Amino acid sequence: MATLHTVNKSPFERNALESCLRLAKAGSSVLLFEDGVIGAMRDTRFSEKITQAMGDFSFYVLGPDIKARGLNDDKIIDGIQVVDYNGFVDLTTEHDTVQSWL
Amino acid sequence: MKFGIVINEGPYTHQASDSALQFVKAALHKGHEIFRVFFYHDGVNNGTSLGVPPQDDRNLTLEWSGLAEKHDLDLVVCVAAAQRRGILDEDEMGRHGKSANNLAPGFRISGLGQLIEAGIQADRLVTFGD
Repeated sequence: MATLHTVNKSPFERNALESCLRLAKAGSSVLLFEDGVIGAMRDTRFSEKITQAMGDFSFYVLGPDIKARGLNDDKIIDGIQVVDYNGFVDLTTEHDTVQSWL
Repeated sequence: MKFGIVINEGPYTHQASDSALQFVKAALHKGHEIFRVFFYHDGVNNGTSLGVPPQDDRNLTLEWSGLAEKHDLDLVVCVAAAQRRGILDEDEMGRHGKSANNLAPGFRISGLGQLIEAGIQADRLVTFGD
C-alpha cells in the first residue's frame, strides 16, 4: 500500500521533512510543496539527506511553488520530478493514501 | 475519484487555503468529484463574509463561494471552531443572542461528524494546513 507524503515546510524551519523521511515506509512517495520546495534545492545541508533517501522514496516537487518563491527548476536536486497541480492530483489518485506532514 | 479536503489554516496566514483551492480546481478540471471541503481550526476563518482584502489581492472567501456555486461544492465549517472565532450563521446568531452573522455564501456550519463522513465516503482525504 503506497502512501503519498506531503511536506509543506522548509527543512530549515521545521523538522517535518526529516520526520517524514525517518518514519515513511520504503516505496512511498514524497511531494514537497509550499515552503517545502526549499528542501528540493541543491547544495543545502539537507540535499544529501534527500539524495540518500532516493533509494527508498520517489520525490516530487510542486513547480508553481518553486516559481512563486523566485527559485528555478535548474536548482532542483537531480532525480526529483517537478509536477504542477494536475500532477499533484494524479499523485493522490495513484497512491492509496495521502499523509500530510503539517 | 471522490476527494475530501480538510483546511486547517485561515486565509492569508500562509498558503493552505490557496493550495487547497488550486488543488480542488485541478481535481474538478480532471473530472474528479469533491465530496466535501471541511474547514477546521483557524481554517474556519475562510468562511467569513466580512473580510476586505486589498483590491489587487485575491479574495479567498469569494473564490471558495464562487467555486461552490459553480460546482455545487459542500463547504462545511466546524461549528465549535467557528463559535470560538466569531464565525456565525443566522441560526447560530439567534442561538447565542449575537447581533450579527457573517457566514459567507456557499458555506454551511456543521459538526465534526461531517469530517468523519468525508473520511469514510471519499476515496482520498487530503489535508492542507500550517
